[in-house]
Amino acid sequence: MSPLALDVAHLFAGGLVLVSLMLLYQDRMTGLINIFALHALVVSASVAWQAYIQHAPHLYITAAIALVIKAIVIPLALHRIVVRLGIHRTIEPVVGIGLTMLAGIGLIALSIMVMLPITSQAGTLAREDLSFSLSVILLGLLMMISRRNAVSQVIGFLSIENGLILAATGARGMPLVVEISVAFSILIALIVIGIFLFRIRERFETVDIHLLHEHRGEQP
Amino acid sequence: MALAALLWCASALLASAVAAPLLARHRAASAFVYGISLCVSATGLVLSAAALLSPASLGATLVLPVGLPWLGAHFRLDALAAFFLVVINLGGAAASLYALGYGRHEEAPGRVLPFYPAFLAGMNLVLLAADAFTFLFSWEFMSLSSWALVMAHHRRPGNATAGYLYLLMASFGTLALLLAFGLLAGASGGYEFQAIRQAPPSSAIASVVLVLALIGAGSKAGLVPLHVWLPLAHPAAPTHVSALMSGVMTKVAVYGFVRIVFDLLGSPAWWWGALVPLLGGVTAVLGVLYALLQEDLKRLLAYSTVENIGIIFIGLGLALAFEANEMTGAAALALTAALLHVFNHSLFKSLLFFGAGAVLGATGERNMERLGGLIHRMPRTALAFLVGSAAISALPPFNGFVSEWLTFQAILLSPALPQWLLKFLVPAVGALLALSAALAGACFVKAFGITFLGRPRTPIAREAAETDRWSLAAMLTLAALCLLAGILPGYFIDALAPVVEALTGANLPRQEQLDWLTIVPVAQSRSSYNGLLLFFFIALAAGVGAEVIHRFASRSLRRSAAWDCGFPDPSPSTQYTAGSFSQPIRRVFGSVLFGAREEVRMPPPGDSRPATLEVRLRDVPWDVLYAPTAKAVDFIAGLLNRLQFLTIRGYLTLVFGALVALLMVLTLWQ
Amino acid sequence: MILDAFVQLGEMLVVLLFSPLLVGYVRKLKALLVGRRGPPMLQPYRDLLKLLRKDVVLAESASWLFRVAPYLIFACTWVAAALVPTFATGLLFSYAADMIAIVALLGSARFMLALAGLDVGTSFGGIGSSREMMIASLAEPAMLMVVFTVALLAGSTQLSSIAAFMQGPGVGLRVSLAMALVALVIVAIAENGRIPVDNPATHLELTMVHEAMILEYSGRHLAMIELASHLKLLLYVSVIGCVFAPWGLAVSGQGLAAYLTGLGVYAAKLAAAGSLLAVFETAIAKMRVFRYSDFLGAALMLGILATLLLFVSRIAA
Repeated sequence: MSPLALDVAHLFAGGLVLVSLMLLYQDRMTGLINIFALHALVVSASVAWQAYIQHAPHLYITAAIALVIKAIVIPLALHRIVVRLGIHRTIEPVVGIGLTMLAGIGLIALSIMVMLPITSQAGTLAREDLSFSLSVILLGLLMMISRRNAVSQVIGFLSIENGLILAATGARGMPLVVEISVAFSILIALIVIGIFLFRIRERFETVDIHLLHEHRGEQP
Repeated sequence: MALAALLWCASALLASAVAAPLLARHRAASAFVYGISLCVSATGLVLSAAALLSPASLGATLVLPVGLPWLGAHFRLDALAAFFLVVINLGGAAASLYALGYGRHEEAPGRVLPFYPAFLAGMNLVLLAADAFTFLFSWEFMSLSSWALVMAHHRRPGNATAGYLYLLMASFGTLALLLAFGLLAGASGGYEFQAIRQAPPSSAIASVVLVLALIGAGSKAGLVPLHVWLPLAHPAAPTHVSALMSGVMTKVAVYGFVRIVFDLLGSPAWWWGALVPLLGGVTAVLGVLYALLQEDLKRLLAYSTVENIGIIFIGLGLALAFEANEMTGAAALALTAALLHVFNHSLFKSLLFFGAGAVLGATGERNMERLGGLIHRMPRTALAFLVGSAAISALPPFNGFVSEWLTFQAILLSPALPQWLLKFLVPAVGALLALSAALAGACFVKAFGITFLGRPRTPIAREAAETDRWSLAAMLTLAALCLLAGILPGYFIDALAPVVEALTGANLPRQEQLDWLTIVPVAQSRSSYNGLLLFFFIALAAGVGAEVIHRFASRSLRRSAAWDCGFPDPSPSTQYTAGSFSQPIRRVFGSVLFGAREEVRMPPPGDSRPATLEVRLRDVPWDVLYAPTAKAVDFIAGLLNRLQFLTIRGYLTLVFGALVALLMVLTLWQ
Repeated sequence: MILDAFVQLGEMLVVLLFSPLLVGYVRKLKALLVGRRGPPMLQPYRDLLKLLRKDVVLAESASWLFRVAPYLIFACTWVAAALVPTFATGLLFSYAADMIAIVALLGSARFMLALAGLDVGTSFGGIGSSREMMIASLAEPAMLMVVFTVALLAGSTQLSSIAAFMQGPGVGLRVSLAMALVALVIVAIAENGRIPVDNPATHLELTMVHEAMILEYSGRHLAMIELASHLKLLLYVSVIGCVFAPWGLAVSGQGLAAYLTGLGVYAAKLAAAGSLLAVFETAIAKMRVFRYSDFLGAALMLGILATLLLFVSRIAA
């Protein structure tokens, strides 16, 4: 594999990690959804490049699915949900932005430290993609636990799936069937979450999780 | 030979310490004592510098029949001891020179004069000690004499608390060192350093010894979280003693750490090279942030000492990391950087404390917010303090930059480390070091700017007078040395070569043959620095600029009121204060680290009461570590207090119980 | 050897003479972009000459430090700018200072400037100095992380070696370098007091950092300080050009023609950078002081991330 090909793959994978960090940095809803669209765009570009250098044409379909569903359809749907539910447009983090970013950098270092030694037998491309995809997954989890808003948790969950796609393509191809089933299940999950969000909003007038705690019945 | 002479110097200091109370009433007593200290320290400096520069004369051991009967007192002068002796005696000579002038306004000379030479003697003896007992005895002697000096003005508010806390932490540190030496001596009980060197401990014991050495030496040096006594005790002592404590005694603590970990412990484990730099980095950043929040000039300088100790420990930790991975060249670089910073810091910290003492003597104030405009009244002190501030902020062409530059070069060698944690930790520590260097610049702009520049904020500052010539001589000498060490760093690096060689087994390339006195730590193609050329170019550029301007531009100048955008305010209270200067930084860093909260209380319109701004800070190590520990100790002491009030039958029961327990232990053991 | 000395001298003169031109070019372009005609491109030279001919009016509370500071600031900045390879690498005295030393020299200049701001004892000077030191406390670590990233890649902190490495084949397309470039641009904007951090054309208290510190300066002193700030902008542009766009740099020993070509390429790089700066400044609004830490914190994070990602890429794995 030529160095330029490796470098471009590295560029896309590193860019995905950077966009995950940018997702953590956002404090407005529209910005968050747009950056998520960028996230999906980078992942589809990365998969398309992998399809090119690995000579695996079925990955082009994966890239197309990621592009259409996650970079176009889902952000548009989320924009509409935000407008219809009248969700509060700013996202409050649990701890300050600075600490969250520092934690994010620590998680990236941790995933590199974990992944690189144990994949010493694999090829360079696979090693890089696995380390970066673990970072993206951990950053998505961090986003889910450090935000007080249901929509941002949904986006964190979706970005985890993007990380999984990166891992799967880096490890030499992913059968199309698996990808279709995974994407389909994500779509179903999103529809269900959307329905729940509508119901929660109807019932409690808010989707702020902190405020919803009071209705759990176990609080003193 | 040199060893015997140095021991005689220490004895001379002890003799003058004993003689001082007898002369204390005499008018010239302080001149006598400080004069003797100056001569003896200068002699010690010359002797140890000569020993360091001619390594063949090192290594002699001397055994004196004092101390423990079966042990004696071993003394040895090797390269490491010689280097630290140079640092100590230079600081001691400078402080004695300063004190010849400053000591004249001492209100209670009987409390200071006996202990000052004892303090110097104790420090010298710690460095010369070659067995654990002599080391610990001299260490305690040094601590106690400095405690007596801290308590010299014990009636001033806060000094008694400072002394108590200092005594507590010093005893705690000595306990840790005692345990460390006990573990090192092992079951055989060989307390001489030579015997310990020949019987290196197992890796588990070595790790425990490292932690104990970090606690013991670190608490004396000021590592976070054991630093809490330092900003209370250092300012409480008279200024020349503060300079010695900050600039010199902390270096003795560093010596203790280096001696135990690098010399006596054998080869390090790799995780030591992760723990020590991390502690150093955290100490550096926290130290300088605390310093930025202070308005007392001496407390600011004490916290700045904490920061620089952090930088030194970063260098030492890097040397441990490289040493553990057999990268001796890189270890030599890191160790050289740390030791050079030891030397540099003793120079500029003493200089800064002398300046603060001069200000204190001239105005009676340590609070920066009551000073200002002193550059007009005390121009030479201001110049010396400016040089010290520039040096401590690591600005070329002064010496602080050289040791920081070498530390950065050592950090850049980190990719070659095999352990992943170290690979990531070292650049992170580099980021912390860069952050602390930038914040130190801010801190000293504040310290110099608020104290010396601007307009005088109180009548006392308006009436200040320049200090006496002894103090000025000490300050200007140290300032010149700061510049010299920055311009000609190659000679100092070469002088450190025998020390580094002995401890790591490798060396930096010899610097003195390089063109134009550049320093090249690793290879010419990698990086180099030439302080002399930079200084020359800056002077040339400034000169050319001045010449061209004065030749072709208008030379006229007139004085007028300040412009101030057209609204000059005659009241000096509209200037920035220390608190307002550090407000942006406090806002950025303080809200997370110190829980800094500002509260503004505005009276309603029409009310003529002033508005108030209140800043609340939390001292996290104190709240998390010290306050709960103090409460726990109080609680246990309260429980045990009941033992005081038992009946006779109760005490007999205790004795009986102890006897039975010992007999049971004896049976089980057999 | 003689040619080398001339080249070094030429370098020093080039940075001195081109810096007001760069500033004039940026100002002209900014004016054109908002529909004005703008001042002529040579106006900064005329401004400096005008200032040189004027009297110096010193505040009564100003000290000797106030009068000496402009010369020191100018000297430190000029020496730092003269050590950056602009049209040629391998200059005669380039081994005297590497990137870390250049950053520290700029720190010396900033130290003196901040002190000069505090000297007269007005509140404007205090505002400028304290904000400047806050920006510096974030920008310097970010700059040093960029230096680390580039040095870890190139194996050296000397700018000549870095430029030579970047021109060579071993570099490739690296995401770490892209992040380092973005971080360096953010630091350059903050350090030079351009929008969105500071507005170089305003005298309103809320928006001043650099202008507040030099408020009391006049005449020849102000001329030196203005020239020093022009030199600082040129220095940062030269560093970005030398590290990230090193093509066209003459190597020492290649003869006069190579140097002249290098000079022409350098002028083109300055024009490109000036155009980008003008467009960027016109398109963005200035941010509040309290947001500086977010902005510069992003640069610091990018620098740290760039260093981390280097370890994953093929050179260090």
